[in-house]
Amino acid sequence: MNASTQSHSFDLATAKVRDLNAALHALKEGSNASLWRVSNPRGLHALAAGLDAPVTVEIDGPVGYYCAGMNKQATVIVRGNAGVGIGENMMSGRIEVEGDASQAAGATAHGGLLFIRGQAGARCGISMKGVDIVVGGSVGHMSAFMAQAGTLTVLGDAGEALGDSIYEARLYVRGQVKSLGADCVEKEMRDEHKAQLFEKLKAAGLEGQVDPSDFKRYGSARTLYHFHVDNASAY
Amino acid sequence: MNEHVKGPAAPRTLPRESATFDAYTLSEIRRAAATGIYDIRGAGAKRKLPHFDDLLFLGASMSRYPLEGYREKCGTGVVLGDRFAKKPIELKIPITIAGMSFGSLSGPAKEALGRGASAMGTSTTTGDGGMTPEERGHSTKLVYQYLPSRYGMNPDDLRKADAIEVVVGQGAKPGGGGMLLGQKISPRVAKMRTLPEGIDQRSACRHPDWTGPDDLEIKIEELREITDWEKPIYVKVGAARPYYDTALAVKSGADVVVVDGMQGGTAATQEVFIENVGIPTLAAVHQAVKALQDLGMHRKVQLIVSGGIRNGADVAKALALGADAVAIGTAALVALGDNDPRWESEYEALGTKAGAYDDWHEGRDPAGITTQDPELMKRLDPEIAGRRLANYLSVMTLEAQTIARACGKSHVHNLEPEDLVALTIEAAAMANVPLAGTNWIPGKTGF
Repeated sequence: MNASTQSHSFDLATAKVRDLNAALHALKEGSNASLWRVSNPRGLHALAAGLDAPVTVEIDGPVGYYCAGMNKQATVIVRGNAGVGIGENMMSGRIEVEGDASQAAGATAHGGLLFIRGQAGARCGISMKGVDIVVGGSVGHMSAFMAQAGTLTVLGDAGEALGDSIYEARLYVRGQVKSLGADCVEKEMRDEHKAQLFEKLKAAGLEGQVDPSDFKRYGSARTLYHFHVDNASAY
Repeated sequence: MNEHVKGPAAPRTLPRESATFDAYTLSEIRRAAATGIYDIRGAGAKRKLPHFDDLLFLGASMSRYPLEGYREKCGTGVVLGDRFAKKPIELKIPITIAGMSFGSLSGPAKEALGRGASAMGTSTTTGDGGMTPEERGHSTKLVYQYLPSRYGMNPDDLRKADAIEVVVGQGAKPGGGGMLLGQKISPRVAKMRTLPEGIDQRSACRHPDWTGPDDLEIKIEELREITDWEKPIYVKVGAARPYYDTALAVKSGADVVVVDGMQGGTAATQEVFIENVGIPTLAAVHQAVKALQDLGMHRKVQLIVSGGIRNGADVAKALALGADAVAIGTAALVALGDNDPRWESEYEALGTKAGAYDDWHEGRDPAGITTQDPELMKRLDPEIAGRRLANYLSVMTLEAQTIARACGKSHVHNLEPEDLVALTIEAAAMANVPLAGTNWIPGKTGF
């Protein structure tokens, strides 16, 4: 942040979530009110949801459900843990969680970067539609369930049924995968994939700390793309 | 030949078909045996069910007087979503257009729905494929569905909507997800849904980021925060346990509850699901109303009922039982031109007939409505079809007003259960109104 940036403070011990979101929604493109510091979030829900301006919001503590839901353009930093559905359906921008994230992180998200430094719970990246998700720790079971597009990068391990019924999303996992879901298979890690993974790691600020060669790639076998009675046992 | 009978041909009993194994059942067994996969089709339950036909209005008599037709006013307006939303929806008629997806329906069909509904001052609803510019542009009031798949979901369209409908389920398939077969995943549909072209697409049956009413409450709070508490939020459920589902929707913070009975249509689902899961619309209305009344929320949280609404009598009966509005889907498509006998030879070529065509998922609709085929789509002129829908909505409204005036009501919402009787014991029990000619409500009052 340069010195000319206007900084605002918002204390949720006294102000309401509605007031915070209304103030953030009132920001327009080109606004110079670009750094917002939010204190005492205390696990409140829907914090910084529905933003659509290139601002930075730093939340000092744990957040509840759907923090930064449907985010566009904004950078939202959570200095704590995040509840269910952090960054759900985000379109663009950047969300960073310094702690762990609960279930359904980045659910159905279309774009932008969701970076979780800690662990992510079950169904991380469920039905993702183009977002890039990077998880520093491990992800829980059924992550990337029905994932349609985008990338999920996991530096730790993945739980059961990774990528179940996956479409065209790409999954990169450095650690162990407990099991793969229906129609999800390990795929060859070619140079183009290492280059893509490097870009995602770089976007998260992890370049040089992690070697793309240590990852395995998973994706759709595309055998369930058309209903066929012979596949009935796979469903 | 019976040995004891002499002479010319002895009398024989007629060939007897089984009521249990009737012709349809036999054909389905043969189809299953040949293909090894269940039958998929569109539309809602087709079997005979207790329905609004089993109710009658009593009209005015000695103890109450009617209103003059064409002279004395009978209001039809309805306000939806004034519990929490800053901008409730005001409709001129209590008949809305139910959610149907772009993908399932063609772009011109969605446009026609918008034109017809807007001409009559009512709303249309998106579906499991996102919001199209055609639909937004031609609908003065548009309800944006929030579905498990979240195809095309984005905050810009959310803010363009006039209301948001969180879809938990639908009457044709409570507990089921959707499917759209590859024939209908055109490049445009694929792009809107972020899917590869031409694949058979499965829509999820559960929402990805919430489960149950406690989560839903938080989800609704998020949607309200994103849209600055402006939009009414509906919760739509398939009729299964309407008393509890309605109560839980209210608890979750819904402005409006939509209850869809098993006659409500779907774009494509297993036949076995459509015909065997969920309850009829008639059986759902009273339970939903009772839940609202028990919570002191009747008329504060509005109730929309759908599933097999066909005419003004159905509208009036649903309202008399306590609904605030109804929604139509299948009937609206018929008004546009779906299943029209003018295409009879083409229906026959598809192995069906006008009035029975329900393979909407195959995308070969001769009427050009449930298709993404550019040539078939051209058959539907959205302006003419929109006008037909407006005409039909107008007739339904006039019919409902006619009945309301006959019952002495100056607004269709003044219709009440006391105006109704049932023709069958089943209908009396389901609708909680007396059997005609008696004061008997099964389970409530003595003979």
